[in-house]
Formats: sequence, structure tokens, C-alpha cells
Amino acid sequence: MSNVPDNANEHCPGTESDQAGKTSSCQGCPNQKICASGATKAPDPAIAEIGVKLSTVKHKILVLSGKGGVGKSTFSAHLAHALASDSTKEVALLDVDICGPSIPRIMGLEGEQVHQSGSGWSPVYVDDNLAVMSIGFLLSSPDDAVIWRGPKKNGMIKQFLRDVDWGELDYLIVDTPPGTSDEHLSIVQYLSSTHVDGAVIITTPQEVSLQDVRKEIRFCQKVKLPIIGVVENMSGFVCPSCKNTSQIFPPTTGGAERMCADLDLPLLGKVPLDPRIARSCDEGKSFLSEVPDSPAAKVYLNIVQSIKDYCSNRVTEEQRSA
Amino acid sequence: MFNNVPNALGLPSYVKRVTSADQTWPPSLLRHFSLTVDGNLAQVRHVVLVLSGKGGVGKSTITTELALALRHAGKKVGILDVDLCGPSIPRMLSVGRPDVHQCDSGWVPVYTDAEKSLALMSIGFLLEDPDEAVVWRGPKKTAMIAQFVSDVAWGELDVLLVDTPPGTSDEHLAVLENLKKHKVDGAILVTTPQAVSTGDVRREITFCKKTGVRILGIIENMSGFVCPHCSECSNIFSKGGGEELAKLTGSVFLGCVPLDPLLSTCIEEGKDFMQSFPNSATFSAISSISQTLLDSLQTA
Repeated sequence: MSNVPDNANEHCPGTESDQAGKTSSCQGCPNQKICASGATKAPDPAIAEIGVKLSTVKHKILVLSGKGGVGKSTFSAHLAHALASDSTKEVALLDVDICGPSIPRIMGLEGEQVHQSGSGWSPVYVDDNLAVMSIGFLLSSPDDAVIWRGPKKNGMIKQFLRDVDWGELDYLIVDTPPGTSDEHLSIVQYLSSTHVDGAVIITTPQEVSLQDVRKEIRFCQKVKLPIIGVVENMSGFVCPSCKNTSQIFPPTTGGAERMCADLDLPLLGKVPLDPRIARSCDEGKSFLSEVPDSPAAKVYLNIVQSIKDYCSNRVTEEQRSA
Repeated sequence: MFNNVPNALGLPSYVKRVTSADQTWPPSLLRHFSLTVDGNLAQVRHVVLVLSGKGGVGKSTITTELALALRHAGKKVGILDVDLCGPSIPRMLSVGRPDVHQCDSGWVPVYTDAEKSLALMSIGFLLEDPDEAVVWRGPKKTAMIAQFVSDVAWGELDVLLVDTPPGTSDEHLAVLENLKKHKVDGAILVTTPQAVSTGDVRREITFCKKTGVRILGIIENMSGFVCPHCSECSNIFSKGGGEELAKLTGSVFLGCVPLDPLLSTCIEEGKDFMQSFPNSATFSAISSISQTLLDSLQTA
């Protein structure tokens, strides 16, 4: 994955290529001298710094999709709430959706600000053991738009990982935007000197969703990011009046179940649609505490347990092989 | 002579080459020598962006249905799909993965029918393997979109709809920069009723204001679900947010489109919902929105 700067000549070989600064296309490029010196091929020092900073974080989980609007932020937020319900665990949620940061609203933290201290930026605390960071806290108005190109977004993500005073954490959950672009490459790159437990992939049942999710799975395989499993969200709707089930987002090609069978991935659970989920998110409350007897809540908690088991099994295996 | 011309697209190997007759110059080379006749968009009467800010609200679905509605109203329509990471339009219109050909003026769009009333361009047509991820950083996405805007020979169109990915980043800036020479009539914003959605769409409205894009109106999608068994209406994704957002920002409210499993199924299977279900509430909602859109384009 080569880096072509904005101001590079046409046919730039990429700043990380062996030919950087040396090909005929490089003649006259403003970056030619830097590229030829080899400086651009050196790894970003921030990667090692982040490795040190996050060495106090036991488990890192990315929440990905590929498709927008499938419930990544909803899932990330409730995964954080569920893990933090054990008061002996320290949990943090990092929102790297720079253009559409939903986490502050879903966590009931709208309007909160980030403070700086000697040890870095302080995340915003929901509870004593649950911290959150999002670009939403750095925007002064709900109408502010973050109209940034890739490099600036990457810089922000680097700061979130390197400059936030996370402290000692049992779990760091990273909520991502849809796609397979700058944010995803940067997160994987900046976390490359730490151990990431894996990714949870969220989808809805339709093929329109799955076709994007397969690309995300391919991305994970390309960057060697383990996949903890797949969650099928919005999986059927039970009418509160007549109790009949409707498939609003129909699994015309077999849904996540078939995709997981084809790709040999665990299906962590199928979460049904429940209007109370949307309402809780809008109000900044955890629907796990608001409507604990909802069928959706039960499925969520089973999924969370599977994720916890996966993380602790990984630790056991590492200890065994050490 | 043409053997030494570099791959005009500069794309990685998993992206199919655009087929071209030996005698055709690649568009990028023509641009380099200023030999293109400016105006692959010269015969496009109206350009409308479909934006959101929020993902998964139905931008591609709405783009597809508006295109079908406009076509049924006798218009010649094009869809430019600039969602490079998640191109949904080809499946929604059931065009498969045909090869993209070159002609003298550039790339020939893919037509959904023999009458050529609906033209498409999407990166979906350029990928060898549909499951392959397009893992590009901003500059490469920007370059691809520049080619999509300048090099597709749209011919004569009444309306070109541009379907975008969520956000306010490289793709959106690239589309606007490359459309600078041509008129962008404006943007339609799609949201669902919830605050989590309208919260992002507010930022997209700011993007439009900052970049001088006229807001043609806001559509509230997934607006209520009527149970097919008992007709009870459930507000699965909350209620009223789209209309409130329009009031708050002084924008036109174009209307609500309900959650409809029949629409979802048609989109999945690439069938023409507007033709198959003309008696549905969803059909009425979409037809009314497309008529309002046409009226506002024609009076501008």
C-alpha cells in the first residue's frame, strides 16, 4: 500500500517504494529530495510510541463493517456498557469516525469537552470505569462539519492513540466509519506494534450489506487482522401488536449465516430490530439497562460473552506458548 | 506507438483495464495534450448530488428509485456512483459486471436497457473480483473520481444523479472540484428519523453551505413501518427527525419514504420497484418526491 502525496507528480511510485525519489517520474517533484534520502521509507516513530502507550491495554477490539448504518456505533457503545458493568474492569471506547461521530450522543455525552493535562488528553468518563474519546468532543457546535482529506484524518487518529491518557485498561474498543480507506488503514498501521485481539464485523441480513462486508473481511485478511466473529443486526422485526415477524431487510442470499458458513467465520449472533434501541441511542442511554428483557438485549449479552471468552482464550494460549 | 502509453488509469492489477480500440487515445493522455473536447457533461442538463453524512440511510436506494421514477416520467437519466469502497448501484439495477468500453470521447457508461434511458458508472464495473476491497487512501480515490467525472461519455441526459458515500471527505470534495466547470443544480439530503442520523446530516448541511451547494431538499427515509399482517405502524427508527431538521436548517422537506420490505426485496434483486408496485404508499411517496425535484430543477 504505497503512499502518494497530494502534490506528487503523475505516476509517483509511492513514498514507501524502493524507487521513491529515483524514477524518471520523480524529476521535478517537490518531494524528490526527501524520498531519495530514504526518510519516507522509515516507519513513523508514532507507531513505536503508540506501542508503548497502549502496552497498558490488555485487549483491543475493532468494530468494523464496510457498510454504513448497520449498527457499528450502537454495538460498540453497548459492548462498552456491557464490559463496564463489571466494576472491576476498566473499559474505553475510541470513536475514529471523524466525519460522522455518533458515539458522544449514543453514550449520553453530547456537549462534553476534552481536557488537557500533563499526561495528555483526558478522555470523557461515563462512569468511573468507562472512558470515551471522539472528535465529537472537540467540535464546538453540532453543526460543525469536519471536511478533512485523508492525511488530516490520519493525523487525528494518531493523536487519539498517542496523546490520550488512557491509563490501564482491560478493554479498548474502537468504533470505525464504514469503508476500507484512510481511517481503517491508519488504525491498523498505528496499532501494528501492539497486539489487537481482533475485529467484530457488523452486518445486516441483505446482500446489499453483505457485498460490502465481504470486502471488509478481505481487508482484514489482507492486513492480517483476526476476526472474532460476525454480528447480524436488524435481523427481523416482531410487531409489538400482532407478534408476527417481518423481514424488513430480507436475507435474500442467506444472510450472515450463509456468508459465515462460506467464509468459515463464527456468527456471534442475530440481533432483532427493536424500536426501543433507536430511542435509547437517541437519548444517550444503554438499552441493556433500559429494556433488559428485550430479546435484542439477550442476544447482545450472549455476543458480549463470546467476545470475552475469545479474549481470555487468547491470553491463555499466549501463556501456554510462552 | 501506443505500446509505451502507461496504463491510463494507473490502477492496481485487480482492477480490470478499460477495453479500448487500438486507435483510441486514453483520455488522460488526451487531457495532457489538451485534445479532449471539453464537455462530457456538456449535454447533461441537470446534476444532482445525493448526500447524507450518515451511512446506511438509503442514499443508493433513493438514488436508484428516483432514477427509475424519472425514467418512467420519460427523462433520460444517468447515475454516477462515487462510493468507491461500497458501490451498491450496479446490484440495485441488476446490471451485473459488464466490461467498460472506450469510445472517442471517453468511457462508455453501462446502460440498463436497449433504449439507453438509464446510464451508469460505478467502480463496481472495474473490479475483477466483486469481493475485492478497494483499499485506497484519499489521493487515489480523488484521482479515480476525477476520471469518473471527466472521462465518462454521458451524452445527452436530462438528469445526472451522483450517489455518494457517507461523510464529508475526499470523495465529496473530489466530486465538487471536478464539477466546478459544470453547473451542480444542488443536493438532496437523505436521513432516517433518528437524532443519531440527523446529527450527522446537520454537518453535511454545513458542508453544502461551505461549498456553495444548493440544498434541494431533505428526504426522511425508513419513516415508519406498517406491519403487513395487522397494519400497525411502528416507528422503528424513531419519528419526525427529518422534518424537524428541515425546519431547523431552513431547508425544503421533500417527504417521507416508509420502511417497506417490498422495496428492500426489489433493491436486493435489482428489480424495478416503481414498475412492480405502483399502488403502494412507497410508490406514491417516491413519485411525489421525484416530481417536486423535477419542478425545482426546471424552475431554477
